[in-house]
Amino acid sequence: MFISATSKIRKQAIYHQGTLAFENTSVSLDDFLTGAYDYLSPEYPKFYKMDRLAKLGFLATEVLLRDASIKQYAPEAVSLVLSNAHASLDTDVRYHEAAKTSSSPALFVYTLPNIVSGEICIRHKIKGENTFFVSPSFDAGLLEAYVNQVMQQPSVQACIAGWIDVMDSHHDVFLYLIEKEKRGIALPHTAEELTKLYR
Amino acid sequence: MEQLMADLKKQIIEALNLKHLKPENIGDDQPLFGDGLGLDSIDALELIVLLQQNYKVKIDNPQDGPSIFRSVKSIAEYIRANQTA
Repeated sequence: MFISATSKIRKQAIYHQGTLAFENTSVSLDDFLTGAYDYLSPEYPKFYKMDRLAKLGFLATEVLLRDASIKQYAPEAVSLVLSNAHASLDTDVRYHEAAKTSSSPALFVYTLPNIVSGEICIRHKIKGENTFFVSPSFDAGLLEAYVNQVMQQPSVQACIAGWIDVMDSHHDVFLYLIEKEKRGIALPHTAEELTKLYR
Repeated sequence: MEQLMADLKKQIIEALNLKHLKPENIGDDQPLFGDGLGLDSIDALELIVLLQQNYKVKIDNPQDGPSIFRSVKSIAEYIRANQTA
């Protein structure tokens, strides 16, 4: 099992394999996300309806799979293991405020952290096992152990895993693609390597 | 009626976050769901809220939803027929 690709979004900058791909620090987080969407031009209008957590996950996955395809695998052979610290609290708070004056079903549907998993699965036609952990901070040991367990299933060929956290303007995203075949950057899937890549 | 449809198009774009569209991109008779504008069931709920908040119009029978929300024109006609002065 090898890590084939990585993406990161931090301080309104997007990195692919550790190299800066897009940056705009002079605007709000929302405008940064829209600008990054325009830059990547994925032609996926549903992006505009997503909450910040889903937008961050969507953008990070677009960049992650820029050179690394998962199309060769059956939808059921690709899994998703995500984690964060704030669950969906960023949207929960906004929904709580909005609900004082009006109701918004479109906002309400994002008041669960694993909705970002669903958005990524729909976009990339992933139908494998998916899991979302909530922990105080990035837990390389947890990801190593759990993703290895998922990858040991004979039916699973690849897994997108990592950390997608957002609360107000704070955001921290690190995703990686792990495959059974040696491809891309081909790094070992260990807690030590994940800790280095996450930094 | 023309002004009402123009207002509705702006409000629909705003309420449903259809930022890739401009009011002139939405035809009066264009289907809003399915192969038309591609709206989904959550959008339908947002449209119900929009009618209640902006026009004080409620939909009493949910089964009427598909015909009311068929197009901007059908929504405007429903508002005209059900809005109290």
